[in-house]
Amino acid sequence: MTDDTEPQQFPLPAILTYPSSKTPELITQGAEGRLYKTTYLLPSVPCALKYRPPKPWRHPVLDARLTRHRILSEARVLVKCRREGVAVPAVYAVDEAAGWLALEWVAGAPVRVGVNEWLRRRRDSERAAGRGGDAVVTGDAPGDADLVALMRRIAGALGRMHKVGIVHGDLTTSNMMLRPWGEGRERPANGHAGGQGDGLLEGEIVLIDFGLAGQSTSDEDRAVDLYVLERAFASTHPRAEALFSTVLESAYREAFKQAPIVLKKLEEVRMRGRKRSMLG
Amino acid sequence: MKEPEKAPPAWLETIRLEHVPETHSVHVAVFKDIENAEFLHQQLLGRNADFEYAFIDASSVVSRLQVLSAIFKSITVQLNGAMKTPNIHSEIVSSLSPTKNISEAYRRYGITPTSKNIIVVRVLISPSTLTAEDVEKHLVDNVQGVSRPLDDKTLSGFTDWSKIRKYYKLNGVGWVDALKDVGVKSKEMEMLVLGGMSLRGL
Ligand SMILES: Nc1ncnc2c1ncn2[C@@H]1O[C@H](COP(=O)(O)OP(=O)(O)O)[C@@H](O)[C@H]1O
Ligand SMILES: [Mg+2]
Repeated sequence: MTDDTEPQQFPLPAILTYPSSKTPELITQGAEGRLYKTTYLLPSVPCALKYRPPKPWRHPVLDARLTRHRILSEARVLVKCRREGVAVPAVYAVDEAAGWLALEWVAGAPVRVGVNEWLRRRRDSERAAGRGGDAVVTGDAPGDADLVALMRRIAGALGRMHKVGIVHGDLTTSNMMLRPWGEGRERPANGHAGGQGDGLLEGEIVLIDFGLAGQSTSDEDRAVDLYVLERAFASTHPRAEALFSTVLESAYREAFKQAPIVLKKLEEVRMRGRKRSMLG
Repeated sequence: MKEPEKAPPAWLETIRLEHVPETHSVHVAVFKDIENAEFLHQQLLGRNADFEYAFIDASSVVSRLQVLSAIFKSITVQLNGAMKTPNIHSEIVSSLSPTKNISEAYRRYGITPTSKNIIVVRVLISPSTLTAEDVEKHLVDNVQGVSRPLDDKTLSGFTDWSKIRKYYKLNGVGWVDALKDVGVKSKEMEMLVLGGMSLRGL
């Protein structure tokens, strides 16, 4: 079945076959598309090229239409967010017919990476102290301040995004980046603990991956956004699940005037979720 | 034996853009205080083939990256066989616009009889009978103005911010206006301009 002579498993989009100072680097290969780290215009401008290759199993005309629609929709939402001051990557160029979107490269790592590493270090130090290492993170321990501050920044970013009429549709800790604080940019007064100083959870939250996002001011849609992130957080970082829900609620409330209504909806959405999981 | 390549002319800059095929070479120049804008504009209206340039009014431009972005997009569109205007140079001018309206784009971003400072772009597609030296000579002979480099410092001195805000719909961006760091602020504006251009009213 395997064919070793196959020259390249993933053919590059045409645009990446033209000369550039560095070879494009495949960062992720998802169900819908691939993400390359490359450059835009100049060797000094790094860029994230998001490419949705043709799907051979779909009807070609339908496939082209769907790809075009998704690329444009993601670009529109990003441009709107950027204009409204929500921290997202800038859009450099769009070729909806060829199926790609060139975005500003966001330095740093996905939030998931930082949180996992932070939890791992915490477990190691608990074990070193002779404890089990799987204790729930309550936020009360002195070392927890960094994590609480990070959660506050996440909630703040979501509140700002919802305020401008965007719902994300796929919130996970992989779809937000932790960008090192930039020169000349202001840091938030709270949500910035300065904690133990290992810097693992330091940085600005930059929301990414708006492939399933859309314009909506529905409180139900917003609540579902929060719920999806809560569930994603619970499955990726179970020891910090309860803390996340608590911090999320309080910080979201501070960032967004309409939060009380959304949080009430969130309670209903959670209830439906529990019922569904009880029914199996 | 091949002749050693001549050093590029001091003020016609040849730029190698990332992800552009070798067949396309990009040449740019900037002129300050031009005295024959009306003549140059006439050559475009008269479709004089010797004046196949993108003549951009520098007051509608914020940065070097914005110009390069328009050039890159036009080359991409030309390679896709999807140009919406007569040639790659008119395509560059219309690529600066965040809307689909082509004649409006020419009016807003192209040279007008009263333009003061302009950016000139020439893309040579091989096989072409012209070289960078030919282009330079033609510009020297035909543009009456002071040559300047295509850099952010020069361009920012030509920018008409009220136009930029109007054209790219940037009047409601209070959060950018509130930024204290001047460098961060202009970078942010540039990003908003690039975002607007990337959507082209789509
Ligand atoms: N603008 C960007 N800058 C830096 N890294 C990015 C950027 N966009 C995406 N990534 C990285 O690529 C991964 C996949 O991108 P994403 O937009 O989430 O696509 P997918 O729909 O495949 O999940 C992200 O989790 C992140 O690690
Ligand atoms: Mg993703």
